[in-house]
Amino acid sequence: MDALHALIVLANFIIVPAIAYGSQIAIGALGITLVVGVLRFSNFAHGETMAFGTMLVILVTWWFKAIGLSIHPLPTALLALPFGILGCTAMVLLTDKFVYKFYRKTKSSPVVLVMASLGVTFIMNGLIRFIIGPGDQRFADGARFIIKAREFKEMTGLKEGLAIKVTQSITLVTAIIIVVVLFWFLNKTRTGKSMRAFSDNEDLALLSGINPERVVAITWIIVAILATVAGTLYGLDKTFKPFTYFQLLLPMFAAAVVGGLGNPVGAIVGGFVIAFSEISITYAYKKVFTYLLPSEFAPTTLVQLLSTDYKFAVSFSILVLVLLFRPTGLFKGQST
Amino acid sequence: MNYRNISLFSMVFIFLIIVGFYQSWNVAFGLLNLCLLSAIMALGVNIQWGYAGLFSIGTVGFVALGGVAAVVTSMPPVEEAWRTGGPGILTALLTAAITIIVASQIWKRLASGLTRNLLMIIVLVGGFFLFRGILDPATAIIEKINPAGEGYLGGLGLPVIFSWLVGGLFAAGAAWVIGKVALGLRADYLAIATLGIAEIIIAVIKNEDWLTRGVKNVIGIPRPTAYEVDLQKSETFINNVNWIGMEVVQASSLYVKFSYGILFIIVLAIIMWLSEKALNSPWGRMMRAIRDNEEAAEAMGKDVTKRHLQVFILGSAVCGIAGAMMTSLDGLLTPQSYQPLRFTFLIWVMVIVGGSGNNWGAVLGGFLLWFFWIEVEPMGHWFLSVLTSGLPDDMPLKEHLLKSAAHMRLITMGAILLLTLRFAPKGLIPEK
Repeated sequence: MDALHALIVLANFIIVPAIAYGSQIAIGALGITLVVGVLRFSNFAHGETMAFGTMLVILVTWWFKAIGLSIHPLPTALLALPFGILGCTAMVLLTDKFVYKFYRKTKSSPVVLVMASLGVTFIMNGLIRFIIGPGDQRFADGARFIIKAREFKEMTGLKEGLAIKVTQSITLVTAIIIVVVLFWFLNKTRTGKSMRAFSDNEDLALLSGINPERVVAITWIIVAILATVAGTLYGLDKTFKPFTYFQLLLPMFAAAVVGGLGNPVGAIVGGFVIAFSEISITYAYKKVFTYLLPSEFAPTTLVQLLSTDYKFAVSFSILVLVLLFRPTGLFKGQST
Repeated sequence: MNYRNISLFSMVFIFLIIVGFYQSWNVAFGLLNLCLLSAIMALGVNIQWGYAGLFSIGTVGFVALGGVAAVVTSMPPVEEAWRTGGPGILTALLTAAITIIVASQIWKRLASGLTRNLLMIIVLVGGFFLFRGILDPATAIIEKINPAGEGYLGGLGLPVIFSWLVGGLFAAGAAWVIGKVALGLRADYLAIATLGIAEIIIAVIKNEDWLTRGVKNVIGIPRPTAYEVDLQKSETFINNVNWIGMEVVQASSLYVKFSYGILFIIVLAIIMWLSEKALNSPWGRMMRAIRDNEEAAEAMGKDVTKRHLQVFILGSAVCGIAGAMMTSLDGLLTPQSYQPLRFTFLIWVMVIVGGSGNNWGAVLGGFLLWFFWIEVEPMGHWFLSVLTSGLPDDMPLKEHLLKSAAHMRLITMGAILLLTLRFAPKGLIPEK
């Protein structure tokens, strides 16, 4: 019985949140990994792209709320998502046209592109703060829980509750849909195949008549979709704050590197690896051990490996370990 | 130095003089001091990027380490904390160091295989628990001592000038660790790794109250210069000021800013002289050769990874020195003020705009960009007021726009960076 209680505590505080967070990181990392694969540079503006798309979603959500449109019990933001994606796509294609295209044509070294992406980060960050402000925005509405902790206790007669938020389940469902569609696109359609061919070997792809500009444009569109979806899901689950999205870069990059840069499957696995380690290392296990151990050994401290403020340290350490011992990532990605 | 460069530098000084006349000399000297600090940081980044082509975006972390150095060296020690918690902290740090050394020795000495991996993991995990077991009680004791004013170990009580060197050493140490790991891999990995380490350094400074009082800030860090209050009481100072015909309060604050300025100029001159010497020596030529063609340099027998590590440490150390200087100028350590946009990316824009690879360019970029960073806000506000002057005063859009003028900075800096990269990638003062 106590073991079951301990399991429910773990599920409630680690497994469920980590699945949701992992899906968000995975979708974000997919965007980063696609840019690395096709455009061959690390896009530091990815966090900002996410924030930009999410900001548009929030604005449209507010407008929908003002005119009384809603899809209760689901959050209104889902209805606004397509508009956010459209706006974000336009933004990303414009930055490509005005910024990245030039360096691609002149075959500049990747570092220059990375630096240009820093400039883009600056401008997008400024624009976002200019439009919506640097503060916290909470835009989740509709029902909050699928199962509340109290209901779960009544239902099962257990002492511990398991709460599942609506946003968490939406995250998981959306993530599964996105991943299935993306992989179908990459593996089955002609365009997807040309993208993979371009990513594997640019010269061969050009020789076989693939239009590079088309491949690049489609990549950016997919990146914008992924970024907006990831950003909106994260914002729904937690809150929207521009600086937090910038900070998400580290776990997302870590996920992409862990999985092997340029490898989409790797990015997804990496996202979950990062999320589970981050949450399980910063969780205080006192309650779990109280259930598992006989009462005279019950812990008096929090039994927390690292305080939650150091969650970046977790993704960073994983990143460093992978770089040291397996630079191509768990799945084979582009190497040094 | 040709006419063009001299005129570029004079332009900056004319800007400062204009500020002096139109705003106030106090503001102008305040600007000048931060321009000098920015120039030093830009030199540090230039050493990494301009000389060697290392893309490190963790400047904010090294600057923050310099700030910690100022606290640790110059604040008076909290005796009770040292007596009760000091031994615990020192033992814990020693444990951590021994753990890491043992683990790395296991990795190096033993044959690869399951035994080695298991042994290393056991040592690391065991060491971590031991470390936390010793550290946690010690920090709890320290943080209980007079939490409103102290609650930390304090420093060594040395003159604050020493901390500038210590700041450089701290940053160099951190750079050594990160360089060992990330250098030699592809360029973006260094960027990600440095971004991450900077994030962690800031997190440590914010949360380890026993070291830096965390978000409670350390105030009253000793100064290397005189204090305004003392000056206003000093007979000779009042007499001198009266003789020139200035107001005493204003003169005292100008005097303090001026003495900081002199100190900063001396440090900048020393670093500049060393940088120029290094850049024009065989070592500098080798660095540029490595930057321009790593394979060729390696084929000529240059140890690329080692040289990269060296130059990475040097550049970070310069940033650490500037960080310590900045904290001693402010007289306080506020961990929340270490924003990557302000301390990493702004410095990068300075180097790119000024001219990467050229020390004078970096210094010019530091001066010019800091000036704009400060002055863009009033300019943006003015620009938006003009833009919205046709709108009625109670319109929400106008209010929102005027309130957001502060964010014009980021947009302007981003635009400057992109425009320079695109149209003048060599910067204002190109490399020779």
